[in-house]
Amino acid sequence: MTLAPDLAAPPARALDTPVLEIDNLVLAYKDDEAFHPVVHGVSFQVRPGEVVALVGESGSGKTTTAQAVIGLLAENGRLESGAIRLNGTDISTWSRRQLDAIRGSKISLIPQDPTSSLNPVKTIGDQVGEILKIHGRGDKKAIEARVIELLARVGLSRPELRARQYPHELSGGMRQRVLIAIAIALEPALIIADEPTSALDVTVQKRILDLIDDLRREFGTAVLLVTHDLGVAADRSNHLVVLQGGRIQEQGPTAQVLAAPRSPYTRKLLTDAPSLTKAQRPSKGKSTSAASDEYSIVVEDLVQDFSLGSGREKFRAVDGVSFKVRKGSTHAIVGESGSGKTTTARSVVAFQKPTSGRILVDGIDVTTLHGESLRQFRKKIQLVYQNPFGSLDPLQSVFQIIEEPLLNFGQIARKDRARKVHDILGRVGLPQSVLTRKPRALSGGQRQRVAIARALVLDPQVLVLDEAVSALDVTVQAQILNLLDELQQVLGLTYLFISHDLAVVRQISDTVSVLRNGRLVDSGTVEDVFLRPGSEYTRELIEAIPGTKTLSHA
Amino acid sequence: MSRYLIGRIGQAVIVLWAAFTVSFILLQALPGDAILIKFLNPELGLGPEQIADIRASYAVDTPIWTQYAHSLGNFLTGNFGYSVHAGVPVSHVLLANLPSTLRLATFGFLIAALLAVAISFLSTLIGFSWIRAVIQSLPALFISVPVFWLGIMLIQIFSFQLKLIPVINPGEWEALILPVAALALPISAPLAQVLMRNIDHVLTEPFVAVARAKGATRSWVLWRHVTRNALLPTLTIAGILFGELLAGAVVTEAVFGLNGIGSVTQQAVGNQDIAVLQAIVVFSATAFVIINLVVDLLYPVFDPRLRSKREASA
Repeated sequence: MTLAPDLAAPPARALDTPVLEIDNLVLAYKDDEAFHPVVHGVSFQVRPGEVVALVGESGSGKTTTAQAVIGLLAENGRLESGAIRLNGTDISTWSRRQLDAIRGSKISLIPQDPTSSLNPVKTIGDQVGEILKIHGRGDKKAIEARVIELLARVGLSRPELRARQYPHELSGGMRQRVLIAIAIALEPALIIADEPTSALDVTVQKRILDLIDDLRREFGTAVLLVTHDLGVAADRSNHLVVLQGGRIQEQGPTAQVLAAPRSPYTRKLLTDAPSLTKAQRPSKGKSTSAASDEYSIVVEDLVQDFSLGSGREKFRAVDGVSFKVRKGSTHAIVGESGSGKTTTARSVVAFQKPTSGRILVDGIDVTTLHGESLRQFRKKIQLVYQNPFGSLDPLQSVFQIIEEPLLNFGQIARKDRARKVHDILGRVGLPQSVLTRKPRALSGGQRQRVAIARALVLDPQVLVLDEAVSALDVTVQAQILNLLDELQQVLGLTYLFISHDLAVVRQISDTVSVLRNGRLVDSGTVEDVFLRPGSEYTRELIEAIPGTKTLSHA
Repeated sequence: MSRYLIGRIGQAVIVLWAAFTVSFILLQALPGDAILIKFLNPELGLGPEQIADIRASYAVDTPIWTQYAHSLGNFLTGNFGYSVHAGVPVSHVLLANLPSTLRLATFGFLIAALLAVAISFLSTLIGFSWIRAVIQSLPALFISVPVFWLGIMLIQIFSFQLKLIPVINPGEWEALILPVAALALPISAPLAQVLMRNIDHVLTEPFVAVARAKGATRSWVLWRHVTRNALLPTLTIAGILFGELLAGAVVTEAVFGLNGIGSVTQQAVGNQDIAVLQAIVVFSATAFVIINLVVDLLYPVFDPRLRSKREASA
């Protein structure tokens, strides 16, 4: 366990009053008539200059707790009992007006999703200046000068230009810097960072977390870091609070909790967290050798252009990508946003015609297919999408969802269809009782199992998994990855696994292609690429994965 | 001029041509004959030869294609033909009646917009849930009231019972109060409904939480962050409601006995004065197309995200 020196030893005044003291906090949400508690008696402290990480999966109450601290609970939420003490004063009973005065000045927020956290119709300068205006810091000119200073401080190039631009003109990473500039504008005592980097690419994530660290050191600000990512928490916090179902499972100094977790839940989180240093599953090794010499997918020199605007200008999304996937093996395409990984996947499933190049799936040249032969081809190759909440029709029952592909291909008797649906449901580990339910009555993991069942019901040979586990909690993610592995063993499936998450890729794949800006920068077996990366970019990607060092001993 | 603008104007021209052609066909297909209605009157004592002369002067017996080409050509040069009934150029009839209808429509629309904004913002700001519920139910009430009934009820209550506004010879502006109200209420309803839904949606956006975290009060957030974002999608609805406004003006003018395009339309239908009707259809279509073109051109002014896109495609 290596920690930066000042992380291990917070400043001396840290030992005085905590900046934030949560004392036996109970929070409840109202549904229909009654209030149901979702946070049950949570207590922890944040000392000056300290980073405390609230870690948990969805529904653990971590975000609700953070919202309560800054007084922004949803309208149907309420504080049942307990205290929230800011520098020793209980603010849980304060009026709205009193809270408005400390919000932004004493406590500030770095939100989760930079793309929707800035007002699209106001300039960056306006939105940074707004916090100064609300708290009456200086006249118009002074505010303008301070805005430029802040934008420069968070590492934005050409701050004068940025101040005049609108949010949509900036990248996700730049927008998050703007939001950080807002959060530090009044040098608050406490910053609440709610999943501050979950929506960002891994290399951008590292730079943003480094920036938050720098600023925290400079101003001595305490940070309450809310995250689902144990790796981020391990790298960046001194104190760890593990939440599950609204209750604290365990808390203590980060190094201590990770080295010797006391609660079974923390241990489970640690085992399920995908990690680069963890050994591959033994079955994976076998499947590599079991994979036949035949290639299931061959992509040769794929180029995909998109026209911009009026049509003459071209944007090359994929630029000469080639790879081969053996039958029964898993090939991963890794890259950050804009790398061309999803475009490549869409070409392979013949959703679009490539500009040039050849794609063979099971010996068939996909690029020459059209009409009925293209439709029949879709039986062979199926797609599982990232978001299990959006990819299932909310009005269909689970039975209808899984049955639908069968209706599209050939005349299968009703009885045979029902039998097929029942069989496949068992394969993906769902009870028959879910068949009559609608997607909204299922959890995220269950929905993704339904999506996999739907893809498998036509007995395809190839499954394209586009970020298929990215939206899931780590424990659920681990279950789905296990299921995919099992299905591959039994059914001899070939997987094309599209992901931004190198740790997951390491765990599930046999071979990898690393894409950047539409070009192939690295490829080979998982061991080759991860242990002996052939390009500077791959090395940077691997180093940017949070928790690489800290979790290695876990 | 940008490519986008040229494309949009091209579309507008096609829409206008279609409106002209469809209305021409429909009006020709109507049974009845304006000339016969007017001149076959025995009191005029016109002989068949004289009527044939009149028919020839209106060129109503030439083949339909010739009539179509002729009248399309005339419309393009701004000549809308003669009103058979009034015996004056149609353009005179329109120009004489346009100002009062325009005044009614403009005030009707302004009041409708104000009402919609007031309803939707009050329903968001007011803390008492029962008042909020009452305000939120207003649009549903307004939308289900027919204009003619509303007009009659307004006259009943304000003129006959409360005697606030005289029915006979009211002042110029006084006369406008009730018609504007009758026109505005039903049009404000869909606007308010869309606006309320937009406000609710924008309030759940993360940037609103960020603004609250800066220490902004609820009303600060509402005025500086929610308003513009919520009004944007309402623009399109407002453009479409303009058609509603013209239809509403016809009924309102009839109920309140006002002069205007509405009453001209009503009379022209009664007299089967085809040239007038044709001109009114084309005029309404032109107004509708122009308003909607203006709405589309206004979007980039209010929404910076559309500016760069259009510049890029320009």
